[in-house]
Amino acid sequence: MDDVAFAQILGSAAGVLLLSAVLMVWRSSLRAAVRLLCVQGAALALLVAAIGLHAREVALLAVAALVLALKAVTLPIVLGRRATVDAAAGREAPRIAPTTGLVAVSMLVTLAYLVSRPLLALGAGPAARAAPVGMALVLIGFLLLVTRRRALSQLIAFLVLDNGIAAVAFLTAGGVPLVVELGASLDVLLVVLILQVLSSRIQVAAHGSDLDELTELRD
Amino acid sequence: MATVGVLDAVLWLPLLLPVALAVACTVTRAPALTRRAPVLASLVVLACGVALSAGALSRAVVVPTALTGGVRATGAAGTIASSGGLRADALTAFMLLVVGAVGLTSTWAGLAPRVARGAPPPTGHVRYGALICLFLGAMALAVLADNLGVTWVAIEATTIATAFLVGHHGTGRALEAAWKYVLLGSVGVAIAFLGVVLLWATTRAAGAPTLSWTALTTHPGPLDPASLRVAVALMVLGLATKAGLAPMHSWLPDAHSQAPAAVSGLMSGVLLAVAFSAVLRVQAVSAVVLGPGPVRALLLTAGLLSLAVAAALLLRQHDYKRMLAYSSIEHMGLMALGAAAGGPLALAAVLLHVLGHGLAKAALFVVAGRILAAEGSAEVSHVHALLARRPDLAVPFAAGLTALLGFPPFSLFFSEVAILLACWQRGLGWAAAVALVLLLVIFGGLARTSAGMLLGRPPGPVPPPAKPALAPAPSTTVALLGRGPQTPVVLALGCCAVAAFAATPVGGLLARAAADLAGGR
Repeated sequence: MDDVAFAQILGSAAGVLLLSAVLMVWRSSLRAAVRLLCVQGAALALLVAAIGLHAREVALLAVAALVLALKAVTLPIVLGRRATVDAAAGREAPRIAPTTGLVAVSMLVTLAYLVSRPLLALGAGPAARAAPVGMALVLIGFLLLVTRRRALSQLIAFLVLDNGIAAVAFLTAGGVPLVVELGASLDVLLVVLILQVLSSRIQVAAHGSDLDELTELRD
Repeated sequence: MATVGVLDAVLWLPLLLPVALAVACTVTRAPALTRRAPVLASLVVLACGVALSAGALSRAVVVPTALTGGVRATGAAGTIASSGGLRADALTAFMLLVVGAVGLTSTWAGLAPRVARGAPPPTGHVRYGALICLFLGAMALAVLADNLGVTWVAIEATTIATAFLVGHHGTGRALEAAWKYVLLGSVGVAIAFLGVVLLWATTRAAGAPTLSWTALTTHPGPLDPASLRVAVALMVLGLATKAGLAPMHSWLPDAHSQAPAAVSGLMSGVLLAVAFSAVLRVQAVSAVVLGPGPVRALLLTAGLLSLAVAAALLLRQHDYKRMLAYSSIEHMGLMALGAAAGGPLALAAVLLHVLGHGLAKAALFVVAGRILAAEGSAEVSHVHALLARRPDLAVPFAAGLTALLGFPPFSLFFSEVAILLACWQRGLGWAAAVALVLLLVIFGGLARTSAGMLLGRPPGPVPPPAKPALAPAPSTTVALLGRGPQTPVVLALGCCAVAAFAATPVGGLLARAAADLAGGR
């Protein structure tokens, strides 16, 4: 793959990553959020594949396939089933208005570029220059986490955060060692499954998965 | 050398045997096995810790030169065994001892009563036994792995193993605690992962990609200080979440108060301690390249904040399990303060504190669980005159609290004094003074709350009918509620009392572990 095509694919994939996260802040439908998560996973896989092709590393292509299978297929399917069940119960009612959310996002992206300045010293290629997008995804994940009320939305926010970390890993260092990558992927999958089980049990116990009702434990 | 080969093999036992026990639990589903498997797994970890400690003591000769601070090392300190990505140094051996000893206290004292032949086993017994074994295996991996990435994976795996243990009782409150625990724990640990990623990227840019702690502390290479600083800060922040340090502590009181007693003891004495030992490892890496400055500021803030949070909430605590949880935050804060001070004296004191706190807290959580079973309420105001009515519960509870409050002869007294002294020596006198004031407030809060529970006159000659909350029992056995093996509680508190005096095994090991960590300073 020549350098121009590499830079273009990398730029588009990073753009899709950021755009999907911004749309998640804007939209309040749970099903839309799951679909956007699927798009985000696919963009991440494309990013990994492009880096792998450019560096001619076969292992990275395998990791790209793993990312695609986990983040673009398995996790959205697992979450999508819940979204269909929850759709009847209503939509997400974020703690902040969509416009406020978008303003916050623009500030977070600026912040991401500021805090990523030390990282730019690590590499000169187009990949390192796109690393702030990963940081922005992490920060937007945090924003989603603190502004969403429903269990499913918080789960999606956690996954956006995780996608951001993965993006930083691939953009700055071409991924982490395979054993760590596999362990981390397995951990994420299990955490999502456990949170799914817990949220459905909470729903049975509390007749609704609105986390605002989870206020029994406090000092 | 033949012994080295044996020790290399010993490294794998604390990982493989607990996992094998967990598999055996799930496959056979035999109540006799699921009941004892956690105790067996703890024994395995403890035995490996003892073997590795013996290995550590027989090698490197480290001469601590008392309070003046310097440790003079002659001979090869450091790694005593390594095999396939695992390695053990004195710190590993000590942490395995802590994991094994605290695990044994919690699981043995927390043994479910033996079910009569033919009676159905308690619900969820297979899951409970298997998950505790997995938890112990993951903790062993976290301290044995040389690769900081693998340590991260193991610490995250404990979140997964303990998620259902926290929610074991299945009540709304337990599920709420489990949800908060898993979400906050995972997000916190994800921050640490971002740090691990940046560390990897930094070493890669320097030409030698590695996450190996040994390599990073012995010959780190020309690492970019700016990006390493970001990486270290993120790792410390993320691991501090798991270690229960303020301001990322909010999962801790909920999870500790809702989990079954043995699990609370394991989380408080093992999980927090192992996460904290990972912070110490990261601090050592940072000290080699960046000097002690950046991590010291973070740990100092977290330590004082934790003490302040604990003091504020212990002053009027109405739930005695939450009281023990906030006391864990207090002790983690003290350890962070000691780590911020740095140097061999402070680090040895911090490690002694890890052991003493783990043993005392595990014993206390188990006894608190028995009080809950006997009295049917976790409210402080519902429990009176325990010393007169149930001395079998009150005496160990009082003894454990005495240890926690930092009275001699318990080792916590000596480690607290040493930590504060070390702060003074290393120019953090103001922090030691603030900590001392907060400790006095905490002392007052704990003493007042527990005095209300333990002292006083029983309302009448006949004990009031208890409302069993957890185990429905016929009224004839009400007096038996809250009974369990006393030996592990006595052993744990006894070890906590003599640990500070046992200079030969404990002192030598602590000096070596502190020298490993403080090597570069």
